[in-house]
Formats: sequence, structure tokens, C-alpha cells
Amino acid sequence: MLILQCPYCGIQCDETELAPGGQAHLKRHGPGSSDEDFEAYLFDRDNPMGVHFERWRHANGCGKWFLAARCTTTLEVFGTYSAQTTEPPAEIADRIRARRPNWEGRT
Amino acid sequence: MSHRLPQGGRLVNRDAPVGFTFDSKRMQGLEGDTLASALLANGQGIVNRSYKYHRPRGILASGPEEPNALVGLGQGKRFEPDQRATTTELFDGLSAMSQNAWPSLGFDAMAVNQWFASMMPAGFYYKTFIWPRSFWMHIYEPVIREAAASGLPPKEEDCDTYEHFHAFVDLLIVGGGIAGLQAALTAGKSGATVMLVEQAAHWGGRAPVDGAEIEGQPAEVWINETLQTLGTMKNVRLRTRCMGAGVYDHGYALAYERLTDHAPEAEGPRHRLWKIRARQIVTATGAIERPLSFAGNDLPGVMLASAVRDYVVNFGVAPGHRTVIVTNNDDAYRTALTLIDAGLEVPVVIDVRDRVNSPLAREVSRRGVAVETGAAVMKVKGKKGVEGVMLCRANGTGGAGAPVECDSVAMSGGWSPVVHLWSHCGGKLTWSDENAHFHPDPNRAPTGAEGEVFVRTAGIASGAMGTGSVLQDASAAGAAAARAAGFTAKSAAARAADAEEAPMKPVWVMPEQALPELRSKMFLDFQNDVKVSDVQLAAQEGYESVELTKRYTTLGMANDQGKLSNINGLAILAGSLGAEIPQVGTTTFRPPYQPISFGSIAGEARGEIFQPLRRTPMHEWHEANGAYWEPVGHWRRPYCYQQPGETIEQAVQREVRTTRASLGLLDASTLGKLVVKGPDAGRFLDMLYTNKMSTLKPGRCRYGLMCNENGFLSDDGVVARIDEDTFLCHTTSGGADRIHGWMEDWLQCEWWDWKVYVANVTEQCGQIAVVGPNARKVLERLGGMDVSRQALPFMGWADGELAGTPVRIYRISFSGELSYEIAVPAGRARALWDKLFAAGVEFGATAYGTEALHIMRAEKGFIMIGDETDGTVIPQDLGLDWAISKKKDDYLGKRAQQRSFMTSPDRWKLVGLETLDGSVLPDGAYALGEGDNANGQRNTIGRVTSSYHSPTLGRGIAMGLVKHGPDRMGEVIRFGKTDGGTIEAKIVSPVFYDPDGEKQDV
Amino acid sequence: MSDAMTALNGASMQGPVAAVREAALQGMVLLRGDLADETLAAVVKDLTGCDLPGQREMVQAGNTAVAWMSPDELLLLVPYEEAGTTVASLSQALEGVYHLAVDVSDARALFRISGEGAREVLARLCPVDLSPAAFGPGEMRRSRLAQVPAAFWIDETGTISLVCFRSVAGYAFGALSAAAESGPVNFL
Repeated sequence: MLILQCPYCGIQCDETELAPGGQAHLKRHGPGSSDEDFEAYLFDRDNPMGVHFERWRHANGCGKWFLAARCTTTLEVFGTYSAQTTEPPAEIADRIRARRPNWEGRT
Repeated sequence: MSHRLPQGGRLVNRDAPVGFTFDSKRMQGLEGDTLASALLANGQGIVNRSYKYHRPRGILASGPEEPNALVGLGQGKRFEPDQRATTTELFDGLSAMSQNAWPSLGFDAMAVNQWFASMMPAGFYYKTFIWPRSFWMHIYEPVIREAAASGLPPKEEDCDTYEHFHAFVDLLIVGGGIAGLQAALTAGKSGATVMLVEQAAHWGGRAPVDGAEIEGQPAEVWINETLQTLGTMKNVRLRTRCMGAGVYDHGYALAYERLTDHAPEAEGPRHRLWKIRARQIVTATGAIERPLSFAGNDLPGVMLASAVRDYVVNFGVAPGHRTVIVTNNDDAYRTALTLIDAGLEVPVVIDVRDRVNSPLAREVSRRGVAVETGAAVMKVKGKKGVEGVMLCRANGTGGAGAPVECDSVAMSGGWSPVVHLWSHCGGKLTWSDENAHFHPDPNRAPTGAEGEVFVRTAGIASGAMGTGSVLQDASAAGAAAARAAGFTAKSAAARAADAEEAPMKPVWVMPEQALPELRSKMFLDFQNDVKVSDVQLAAQEGYESVELTKRYTTLGMANDQGKLSNINGLAILAGSLGAEIPQVGTTTFRPPYQPISFGSIAGEARGEIFQPLRRTPMHEWHEANGAYWEPVGHWRRPYCYQQPGETIEQAVQREVRTTRASLGLLDASTLGKLVVKGPDAGRFLDMLYTNKMSTLKPGRCRYGLMCNENGFLSDDGVVARIDEDTFLCHTTSGGADRIHGWMEDWLQCEWWDWKVYVANVTEQCGQIAVVGPNARKVLERLGGMDVSRQALPFMGWADGELAGTPVRIYRISFSGELSYEIAVPAGRARALWDKLFAAGVEFGATAYGTEALHIMRAEKGFIMIGDETDGTVIPQDLGLDWAISKKKDDYLGKRAQQRSFMTSPDRWKLVGLETLDGSVLPDGAYALGEGDNANGQRNTIGRVTSSYHSPTLGRGIAMGLVKHGPDRMGEVIRFGKTDGGTIEAKIVSPVFYDPDGEKQDV
Repeated sequence: MSDAMTALNGASMQGPVAAVREAALQGMVLLRGDLADETLAAVVKDLTGCDLPGQREMVQAGNTAVAWMSPDELLLLVPYEEAGTTVASLSQALEGVYHLAVDVSDARALFRISGEGAREVLARLCPVDLSPAAFGPGEMRRSRLAQVPAAFWIDETGTISLVCFRSVAGYAFGALSAAAESGPVNFL
């Protein structure tokens, strides 16, 4: 069972305090978007063995959504960060590169 | 002949006899006994019948690895099957029943199975019972289950209580032998918080039995001193009868504490499941001795050599009076010495090694015991117990063998570290040729959230075999774990020497060239009746993967989890495949280490608090007034209120009729209520709802629809605009938390620069719907605010007072009648409800439940989320285009609703349905189309989404989704019934009652 | 407000080392806004006498208290009768300041868990380190109580106050009672 630190209230959250929200950093496509873009927005999801970015809500807690970067195979957590960002912050990316030199960044 | 020795037994109290029963036979043991030691003391050789062949089985081991002595414990509300006699502490009045035997242990009718054993090889069940298919469920499976039954399920509700406990520690140390104690001592001195758990009732593990010496004294002295020291450390917690059950991600671990199993009448919970978060975990779980594979190794009286020693030293019980020892290592010689010291006979030590010259062997010879080297047991003689062994050369086929008379056999095939907890969370193993076992590979340890190692092993669990090595390794592990947890720690182990022992010799089959007749009597997995020949057959049939072989043969399955059978089975498989053991690998070790009770898993979640039950402020009134409950999410809502003599259906019909004719009251408190406030609130709600909410005027209400990004309807409800910046959004009863989360999601993760705050105020107010032609009159009786049509028009709201209670009243109607929905602070809701009822008496007011609500909304053609919608329905399907703003560029779901499939004219659309004969359409029934589909099934053109008997109209009414439905008004279509028949219905408008809405707007 | 009732009408139980009782009506006001805003801080101080709490903190002043609930949310504890006027005062004083103030007194149930076993009662139900080293007076902790969300704090006497939603008051009382029926674990 995971422990993720909520970046908003600072609690090392037991997984049972959290609600999962799927992949992070999706770009919304609304009216006017192409069928391909819209389909990708709705349905295309990464399923990597390795570095992954996810949305979590501190549901049994401060109620805030936050994002987490972790390794899907070892469950190593590279960091949690604010949901108010479209890209992982530089320090998260740096930490991932330090731990996973072969990581090619978000594609 | 008594099996209780005249003296000895470090764990028993000879002055405290304890009475118990086994298969209803009265027996006596001593305080401190396990059920197993007490059974042995009573000479109870056979304790069970085996699972498949119903062979008689006796006690084999002395700990949790015991495969045979599984019994049904307790009676009635305390009955529990499959309990291990070896880990069951004896108490006065204990009652145990053997399993698997019919009619009795001594004579088991199913034992004929063993004569047909050659016809029940590996994969027997798979091979035999495949055809015909239909026989499996009705004939084969029930018969096999009956014949192969393990314990019986309890029949009565468990009368005990159970609990969880969340613990947060720097170090969890599992295992209270000398390794665990040493690790705790070293780590404890660093100041780290340490929790040390031991599955047994006593500390110290095997060391006292094995005669280990620490700091120049018997191990027991050091153990007691260390316990005293640990007891004074404020940062150390010690728990016995507490088993490390599982290790999971990020330092999560489960420990299973058995609080009253040894004293069932004691107060308090029976089991406690510890949910532990540890920065570091040290497993000092020891090792388990392996059996040897020789013919008849499962006969009652054949035991692990270490177990024989345990029973003599710990309990003063002699499993046999004349014990043959068979071994491939030095450790079993300790058993010989223990037996001789206890005055028991050891006719011979049979050692497969060609030459043994070690201090232990020399001491045994010196005591006058014959040691046969290069020798083996060809087979064990006896039917229901050991009568002797046939001695033979270790290499070769065994020949005729030389008889040796004995009543018990102590065997040792070497020791396997208990690696289960290490492996649960990904720790890898490495093979030791020297000891012929897998031990943890410290270079491939389980890793935690930071990528750090978080599980370490200590002592024999690491593969360290001597007392000195064990203490050194354990202290180092304790220190390393403390340092990893952020403390300064130095390893300082107690001094002890490693005993000088000759190398062991791996031997997997005895004798080496044993012929099939012998191999088919050599048991690998006693619990599942898997023999050497079964694994060899599986290999011949192509099972090369150890995981598949396990499932095919059932080797190591169920609660054995690889404890006894693992290495021996792997070795046989490897031998058959001509591969090395490390190449074959092991099966997966899964938690829990030992079975844990269902009660402990449930904890407090039983009975009334199995699940949260949400109650409205009027809950007690409902209960007192005949409520027939319906679960709505976690809420309980009255489906209807039954009056004396009424059926449920009659109650529902009465409630509808009374409400339409005069006055009905509905507890609508469960409706979700979300306050949405901020300068961007209007803009935000325009995105969330399909309607345009920003144009709503303060003081007014509007019905709105919410869709997800797939375009499908997700929720609906009435939005009231409170002021320029503030809206109150009603959601469905089950939907408040979900929609609150949905709003927060968009605000926090997409439009975080919009100035909008949301608060879930669902439970701040009770909500009472006052419905019917007399609704206004009853409010006027209470008095306090103007509820006239002019002051409070349809789809308006107003704040005020009723009978002195502050309220907010919404003129909204889900029934089509004149209706006021009154929001009142929850703490005062019940009082207002009572006042409304008192005032309503003169109008014959009724409370109505969810079914009357449903019928009235269906009569009006109002949709219900979850009835008309099922996660694939868009608002356009329901004719709700009027609630979809054409002026908005965007709203959640809009883009999806533009996809070609969503705009297809062939989508099923909402219509009303009237059966020609006035009957009620079956809910969910499909409308039949022409012809069959590709799978030969009848084509369908629609389905019923809601169906009721309308008391207002006196006939069945329904809503449904029908292909081209709105264009087919008046057409008659057919619906399939579950009995194969069909029923005809006419397509009509879904609004059955008051189509012009005159009644609600008065 | 004579007819206002708590969810459980003051239910209580006494276990071997801990007692659980439903507290009397308690005014609670939820305030969302920019906690860095000086006006907001001044208004809260003026109304409650409390400085703004830091992350997860709770500040008390007489019979009022202010607790940090999230980076943009406070919970104001005031006498029950004053909750409505507190909301009105906040709205007035914060006119023009982006915020949300709402009375949630009736939406909640409040329990007191007292006795030497109080911490262990909660440790049975919450995935929270309740040792004195990790959790002490001055902190408002939000988590779950068995299967429902809850928030709790502990005072100098070791009494724990726990807030949950009103509709699950019966469930929460049942779970707390089951936990308090048990004797000491001697762990915390």
C-alpha cells in the first residue's frame, strides 16, 4: 500500500486516505477539436513499466488533488506536486533522471 | 505406555493439569502444552486423515509448518476449522475434532482411495472429470468436495469480537528468537522505535531446545536478560502470540495477534490485526526443517527431528520410546542426544553421508548409539503407526533392506530459511549449495518509496547457521535497519560460538535409485498428498515451469505455502528435468504467512457497522412509522410506509393517491446540496451543466443536466441562484460526494485560475417536500412567511420562517403537484417535520416514500438518473434538447455529443409506453425487432427503463428507449417477457399526467 | 433555538479505559478564501480572537477556535447560537474579498473521546500515527474513521474531539464504541 505525501497539507498519506484519478497531464480537447485529438483525450492512456504520472485526491483529508510521479514496477515515488501545472516541475524531472538515467521524458 | 516423561518440559507446568477433548474423548494435558504436545502425551498417534488418499496421519512438526494436524476447534459460535494443533495452546475445556475422517480416525471408509492411488496420479482431477462438461457442476464437484473436504464451515455466527490497530514504528522486527531479540536490542539502543513480534507464546525460539550457549551461559539466561533490558526501553514494544503475516509496499506490514485463543473466556477481542507502517522491517523468522523422501515417510510416528526434540525439551513428551534417526546433516544428532538424555532409546542413527566425523557424531557414538553412514531408510513398516524401518544403502535401489524395530522415526533433510516475508514484497532469493536451500539475496531486497532497501533478514532467516553467526548477523541487521531509519547505531552482538558441524549432503530421494513402488509412497506435500512420483510424472508430461507444476500437482498449495514441501518438490522437479534447482526457481510466496481469521480482517466492520449507514434527521420518525427501507447509496430511505394490514404495494398506491388528492410529505434530505460561489461561478456552472446557468436570475431555480466528457448524462438537479456570486446546486441523492469531487477536480486541475469556491452543505439542511393540492394551506397553517403564488412563484425560492424555524423554500416539483421543498437546519428538521404533520392532519396528510416519488415522476415523464440513464445515454436520447444550451461554445460533454455515433438518428430515444391490456411491462424488457443478429439472437429495437402501475391512471405506465421512438407515436411494438412470451405496448408521449403542467404552477 | 437537536441526542458509552460521548451542539463555520490575505486574517482575528493557524494547526481563544483544513479553508468553531451571525459578519466584513463562508454546524456531529485509552480508540480506526510524539494538542488532523471521513484534535487533558458528517453519526458512534469496548493495547 502506497504512501504519498500530500503537497498541500504535508501529510504522509496512507493510500486509504486517497482516491486515485488516473493519468496526469492530460490536455483537454473540447468543441472544435479533431476526432483524433478528442479520441486521444478520452481514451489514450500511457501504461508504462517505469516512470508514470498520476492524479490523486486527498479525499479523506484536505480534499485537494495532487500529482505524483512514481515507478510502476518498483513503486518508488519521485515526488508529489501541485495539480496546478501542465508539466512536471523541473525538480521532479531532475529527480527522475537521477534515479532513472534512461528515462526519456514525457512523450 | 505413557508418553509424558517423568521430568523435563521447560514450557509446561506439571502442577496444573488441563482437561480437553479430542473427537469427544476426554484427555488431560498440562498448562503450557500445545494441543499437539498434549495429543502426543496421550498417545494419540493418528490425528487426521489425508486429503486425497485418506491415509492416517500423525503430528509431523511442532510449529506453523505442521501439515497434518489440522483440527476443528471449539463448538457452536466458537467453532473454527483447519486449526493447527501445533500452534494451538491448550486450555481447560478445549474441544478438538479431527477432519477428513469418516466414520472415524481409526477406520476411514475413504481410505480405499489409497489402494487406488496409482489411479489417482498428478492432474487426476483435471484428466478425469473434464467430460461431459455438465457433469462437473452437478456430479463430480459435489462428490469430490465431499470426499476431499477439509474442515467444515462454521454454522453459527461468531460470538467473538476482533479489531484492527494502526501502528507506526521505525522498525518492525518479526520473530522473537535469539536473532530477533538481538536485532531489537541493537536497534533499540539507537533510540529507534521498535516493535518486536513473536508468533508463539514464548520468546527465544529454538535456541534453548538446541542447547545453544550465549555469553558462556545457556541461551535461556541471555534470552531472559535481553527481555528484561528490552522491557526497560521506552522505545521498544514486545508482543507475543503476534505473527508477522505479510509485508507490502512502502513499509506496510500486517501482524496477527491472537489475544484470547488460549483463554476463550477472557474479556476483549479475540484477534487484533496490526496495520503497521514501518520505516524498516527486519525478518528474523528462523528456518524450517525439511522432511526426507523415503517410502512411508507419512506414517504416524515419523516426525521432523527438531520437532521430536521440541516435544521432549519443551513439553516433556516422548513422541516415541524407541526412535530411529535418519538424517543428511549433523543437527539431527542433537535429537539423538536429547532422547538419550531423557532416557529414551535410539537404536540407530541412519546418515546418508559416507563419512561423518564431527563432535556431535562422535558424542552420539560415545553414548553407545550405532551410526550407520552411507545408509538410508528404504521404507517405514507399519499401517497405522511406525513399527520399524528397513535399513538399506543410500546409493542403489535399496535391495531387501534390514529391519530395525522402532516406534518412531526422526528425520532431518536440512534446514530452509523462512523467506516468506522477505519475498512478499519482491525480495529475491539465491541458492546455497552448501546448505541446499534458498536464502534471501541482500543485493536484491524489497525497496520502498525512496528506492531504499526496507526489508532485511536476521539470523537463520538470512542463512546464518551457527549461534555466533546468527547473533552477529542479527545485530548487524538491527544496526543497519536503525541507520536506514535515520538513527546512529553500532552493531554489538552477544558472544557465542558456532558449533563445529560436518557439511550436510543434499539427498532428495531415499535410496537414490528407488524404484517406482517406493517413489509412489514418498510424500513431498503431506497436506495435499503429493508424492515424488506425482512431480516426476508432471515433469514427464511436460510441466517444466514450477508455477504450473504446483498447480497441476497441488504441491505447496493452500496453507502450506511452500513451508515444508517447497525445496524437496523443486529438487525432484529439477532432477526430473535434468536442471539445477536455482534454474527451476521457486513458486511465489504470498501473504499471509499463516492463515488469519476472517474476523480479524473484518475488524469492527460487522453487524450494524459493517458499512456506514447514512441517516436523515427524520430517520427515527420513519422507523417508528412503518418505513420499509430502501438503500440509496449508503443512505436508507423509506420505500414506503406500511400501515397495519397493508401490503407494500397497497401502501405505495395509497401514498400516491393521497398526495395527488390532498397532501403528501417526503423526506428529501438526501438530495445533494452544493454551494458554488465566486465571481466565476456562473461561468463555471455553464461548463458543468448543459444548460446556461449564468443567465439564471437570483431568486429563481432551473433544472439542469450534467454530463461527463464522454457526453453521457451523469447527474441532474435543480440549481437555485442565491445572489450574483452564489448558486446552490442540488444533486441526486447518491451523487453529492461524486459531483462535489467532480467540481473540485475541474476547479483544481483544469480551471485553477477561475475564482470559484465549492462547499458540500448536503447535511447542513434537512429537506422536506410538501406536495399536493393542499400544500400551500398546510404551510399557511404554520405561518411565518408568504407562500402565495405571487410571493413565491413556481421555480422560485425564498428565505423566511415557518412556525418560528428559519427555512429556505424552493417552489420546485418532481411530482407535478403544487410543491414546496423546505430546507431547514438539520438539527431542527425533525421538529419542523412533526409540526407539518400535525398541521397536515386535517388534510389527511401522508408521508410518502421513494416508490411513490418514482411513480409520480414517471406519471409526469420526468427522468431518473440510473433508470433512464445507464452511463451510455446522452440528454438528446431523452428528449432533453430543451435543457441543452445552443448558445454555449462549450460545456463538459458537448464535444462528445458531436461524435457521429451520438448524432445518429438511429439512437434509441425516450418515449412513453402503454400496454394494450393495461398490465405493467416488465422493467428492463427489450422491444423485439425483425430478424436475428449475427449471433442468432433476436434483434432488439428498444428497452423499458421505468415501469409502474399508476394508481392515478389505473393502469401500467412505462418509459423506454426505442429506436426512432418519437417518430413512431401510436405504433404498437412487442416486448419480450422472461417466460418467453411477449407483451404489446403502444408508443405514447412520456408525459402521462397533466401534460400542460397546470397543477404544479398554481 | 430550543428545538435544535444533535444527531444522536447526546449518546454516550463508557469502556474499560475510554469513554465516548456525543458533544452538545457546536457552531461551525466553513471559510474558504486566500489565507494569505491580510483582510481575511484581520477579520477572522476580529471575530474569533484567533490568529490564523498554520498548516494543520488549530488556534484556540476562549470558546472559539480556528482550524486549518486545507490551504484555502478554515473551520471556525464558535458557540452554536453564534454560527449564523458569524457567517453574516464574515460576509459583511469580507465584502469584495473573494471568499465563501457557510454555516455547517448542523452538517456535522461532534464526539469527545476521553480517558487514558482515547488515543488507542482512534488508532484502531484511523490510519494515523496517534503516538504523543506524532500527534499532540494544536493540530487538526483530517483522515478517515474506519469508512468515513473525519477530523479530530486532542486537548491538553488528552481528550480527543472528532467531527464527522451528521448522517454517519450513528456509524461513527458505533465504530468508536466498538473500539472503546476493548481494553488497553499498551502500545501508544
